[in-house]
Amino acid sequence: MEDDAPVIYGLEFQARALTPQTAETDAIRFLVGTQSLKYDNQIHIVDFDDENNIINKNVLLHQVGEIWHISTSPADKGVLATCYNKPSDSKVLTCAAVWRMPKELEPGGHESPDDSASPAHTLELLCHLDNTAHGSMACVTWEPTGDGKKVISLADNHILLWDLQESSSQAVLASSASLEGKGQLKFTSGRWSPHHTGTQVATANDTTIRGWDTRSMSQIYCIENAHGQLVRDLDFNPNKQYYLASCGDDCKVKFWDTRNVTEPVKTLEQHSHWVWNVRYNHSHDQLVLTGSSDSRVILSNMVSISSEPFGHLVDDDDLSDQEERRPEGKSQEPPQDSVIATYEEHEDSVYAVDWSSADPWLFASLSYDGRLVINRVPRALKYHILL
Amino acid sequence: MAAAAAGPGTGSGPGDSPEGPEAEAQERRRKAHGMLKLYYGLSEGETAGRPPGSDPLDPTDLNGAHFDPEVYLDKLRRECPLAQLMDSETDMVRQIRALDSDMQTLVYENYNKFISATDTIRKMKNDFRKMEDEMDRLATNMAVITDFSARISATLQDRHERITKLAGVHALLRKLQFLFELPSRLTRCVELGAYGQAVRYQGRARAVLQQYQHLPSFRAIQDDCQVITARLAQQLRQRFREGGSGAPEQAECVELLLALGEPAEELCDEFLAHARGRLEAELRSLEAELGPSPPAPDVLEFTDLGGSGFVGGLCQVASAYQELFAAQGPAGAEKLAAFARELGGRYFALVERRLAQEQGSGDNSLLVRALDRFHRRLRAPGALLAAAGLAEAATEIVERVARERLGHHLQGLRAAFLGCLTDVRQALAAPRLAGKEGPGLAELLANVASSILSHIKASLAAVHLFTAKEVSFSNKPYFRGEFCSQGVREGLIVGFIRSMCQTAQSFCDSPGEKGGATPPALLLLLSRLCLDYETATISYILTLTDEQFLVQDQSPVTPVSTLCAEARETARRLLTHYVKVQGLVISQMLRKSVETRDWLSTLEPRNVRAVMKRVVEDTTAIDVQVGLLYEEGVRKAQSSDSSKRTFSVYSSSRQQGRYAPSYTPSAPMDTNLLSNIQKLFSERIDVFSPVEFNKVSVLTGIIKISLKTLLECVRLRTFGRFGLQQVQVDCHFLQLYLWRFVADEELVHLLLDEVVASAALRCPDPVPMEPSVVEVICERG
Repeated sequence: MEDDAPVIYGLEFQARALTPQTAETDAIRFLVGTQSLKYDNQIHIVDFDDENNIINKNVLLHQVGEIWHISTSPADKGVLATCYNKPSDSKVLTCAAVWRMPKELEPGGHESPDDSASPAHTLELLCHLDNTAHGSMACVTWEPTGDGKKVISLADNHILLWDLQESSSQAVLASSASLEGKGQLKFTSGRWSPHHTGTQVATANDTTIRGWDTRSMSQIYCIENAHGQLVRDLDFNPNKQYYLASCGDDCKVKFWDTRNVTEPVKTLEQHSHWVWNVRYNHSHDQLVLTGSSDSRVILSNMVSISSEPFGHLVDDDDLSDQEERRPEGKSQEPPQDSVIATYEEHEDSVYAVDWSSADPWLFASLSYDGRLVINRVPRALKYHILL
Repeated sequence: MAAAAAGPGTGSGPGDSPEGPEAEAQERRRKAHGMLKLYYGLSEGETAGRPPGSDPLDPTDLNGAHFDPEVYLDKLRRECPLAQLMDSETDMVRQIRALDSDMQTLVYENYNKFISATDTIRKMKNDFRKMEDEMDRLATNMAVITDFSARISATLQDRHERITKLAGVHALLRKLQFLFELPSRLTRCVELGAYGQAVRYQGRARAVLQQYQHLPSFRAIQDDCQVITARLAQQLRQRFREGGSGAPEQAECVELLLALGEPAEELCDEFLAHARGRLEAELRSLEAELGPSPPAPDVLEFTDLGGSGFVGGLCQVASAYQELFAAQGPAGAEKLAAFARELGGRYFALVERRLAQEQGSGDNSLLVRALDRFHRRLRAPGALLAAAGLAEAATEIVERVARERLGHHLQGLRAAFLGCLTDVRQALAAPRLAGKEGPGLAELLANVASSILSHIKASLAAVHLFTAKEVSFSNKPYFRGEFCSQGVREGLIVGFIRSMCQTAQSFCDSPGEKGGATPPALLLLLSRLCLDYETATISYILTLTDEQFLVQDQSPVTPVSTLCAEARETARRLLTHYVKVQGLVISQMLRKSVETRDWLSTLEPRNVRAVMKRVVEDTTAIDVQVGLLYEEGVRKAQSSDSSKRTFSVYSSSRQQGRYAPSYTPSAPMDTNLLSNIQKLFSERIDVFSPVEFNKVSVLTGIIKISLKTLLECVRLRTFGRFGLQQVQVDCHFLQLYLWRFVADEELVHLLLDEVVASAALRCPDPVPMEPSVVEVICERG
């Protein structure tokens, strides 16, 4: 089964928003939101059949506007949140809303109809996250381990914690905090930490990374000048509670220990343009995925700062005959951080990458021209980590 | 006679008869000899004249000893016929005759001899008789003499013994007299100060006194002597301790004391203690020179002082000690060595302290001369006291100083380099304030390069003094080998070049985050400097070094190529960083301009935005700046007169093509398809790619970064119709002015097209402006 070749899926529109269906742990499913100012926007539910190497898609109409950010509930497969631009004549305002997918798509459409024949389904609006007072929504992030009732959204310089009530049909602003300072402060990105029983959130604005306590909505730590330029994205290490990865316009990916924020633990400089996205693998945190506007996706092996610093002691001989060695093949002890692979299937800037929630060895990347690429971790490395 | 007559008859036997007459004559002669021999008792047999078969007892043998004529005749008669008998007879007769004549001849021949022999014998008989008489007389005389002698001996015996005894007594008495006089003599000697004499006397008497001390009288003498000797010793010690009398006299004292049998060990301790006192005084005076308050004498004077005072003293002490206490064997030598080691150590400590004071100063020649003296002076005690390791320690100090000196020079070079950089910064900052063109970058570069080079040369010259021929330590292995190769070449020169590269690289690392800590022009200048080093200066400097310091050491040295590679890498990184910094400056400008504007409600464009003009101005300024230091570089082949007009036409036609699908209802697919197809044919643009060492490449890099930023920013905004048109105008303006800076103008087209296309996509109502209008606006702006 020589199938390490990437699987490519093309959308008709420009797209920036990508997320795995977080609550789904069996099927490999990604959600992609399109950006079109002239046509109805869509959410593509992309199912990947790993065994047959086939992609099935379902399209949901998202008529309210172009999608800038998308995220799914960790508890309910059918619930998702989007940040979208409302088309208007004079002013651009990004709003956020929580949606429910039509029931028939939800359980994973095995007998999914041919896409040509499929009538476009429409999302069911559950509630708006009312932001009229706060400005444009940059992103919505769900409490990672919770029951899908808590959501944080970032609107301009406000950080808003919402309670979703009555099966998510109503969003109540539970608490909020805002960033004060000179100039126009604007959050660009935020992540909810899976540790500390979900009480920590990290946000990025300009070159600064801040940590927040969701109980008091107060700042816990602040990394000034984390990057030379704008910080684009953050991610928490799922296995090491104080570790945080960030990326930004200085082409760098930095790894931080939030207990000591004066210096990054590690810095990578592999991309040749802004890095838009950084993601830890959900199970094996040495695998770090980055997407950049140099149209490349890079998978790095950060063994030295992972929760399995020495990997599993394994003889490379075991896998030498499996298939051709990947560049990583030489990772004897001590383990070296290295680039596992650079994926160059994209021809436009890659604005989103993410791991599948179901298969830890699979990830998707999305470039602006609407190309979704699904790739796997090289098999040799996979066995190396597993065995 | 019958036998003789009969013999020859058959005589010769079967063996002889056939022989010729000559042989016969021989045979005969032999026979005669044989008989003589027989007479003298020699055995005939040994002469082998006779045929072996014949029996000597044969009575029939004519020549045999037991010849019996009767038997013979009987035999003849019985055995032989008549004729043969007759023959035998004749033969025999003939033989008899011959024998007769022979005999006669013999007699005649020897007659005289016989006579004289007889005479001689008679005379001898006579003489012997006389001699016998005399011998008898002699014998009697001798007997008489013996007799007398015995008698004399007997009489003298008695007296002789007495004389011997008397002589013995006399000698003894003389000795005794000496002994009895000894105390007084000693006293006198002591009084006169003739210590040497006294010690000699004492030495002579000591053993005797020792031996006879059981006799009371001797005991008294001995006691006296001992008292005096003790006094003597005390005086000697006194003199010894007073010490002022100087080393040679002291040595004498010690010698005398030794002769007095004072315990050598104690003496040598005392001697050393004394010497220590003196040497310590020297050291103290040296230390006083060193002291912080008085102006320290220059280092040369100091080492001279130390050399003549301390080292000279040490030499004297050592040689005196070795003379005096040679008998002490290895233990004594060890003691001296330890002594020398300790004091030497203190001396070295002082010298080092003094030399440390010298570290800061710049005058190498004085230091080298001082070190030379220091080293030279220590050679003598070094040779004298190999065990104390003074010479080695001195060499070590010199080496250490040399090393420190190298470190000092390296430090100096670094400081000089940093100073140059500060100057450059100031020079770069100053003209901006003055508002006029300051010294050109090229000039600054030349200044920096020449000043660094002259510093390096000065350091080399200064360090070179250490290896000068006339300096005493220059032929030590360290200075011949390691100093040249590891110290000067590796430590100083290579170390400096490396540190220079590092310093330069450090500008790329830390402050770059904040953007403007380092003036970009400095980066550019440093980059060029490193590149120059790579191409020429490094190999020049290293050749210079290798020539001045003929490196004999085999230890591996950094090859020129490695250093060059490092310098090149540094230059590349600096230049890349320069590109990033400048790119960032322009990017920020563009980003602000896109992010802060409300693109939806903008008015119809009348002008190119000021920001774009600023961008072009800045780019031109960068172009000029880089042009001062870097060559033009290669552009992609293009018609040299690709004037604005043709270019505009081309670009607008392209724009038409790009935008066309936007008008049609089935747009989205087509737009994608088109842009994708176009991308298939264009190469991927590496935005922050490494740059080449030329102006075009640098500018290309900066422009790439800026335009990519513009693109990304545009994609994040939503545009109204006029917003799009404004972007169109701006991009056209950029296109007009930026193409000339880059290696491949296609690149600018591509990126700008992409910007406009993206803006069109981000516009709900994309109505582009007429290209002609765009051109008019741009030309007006």
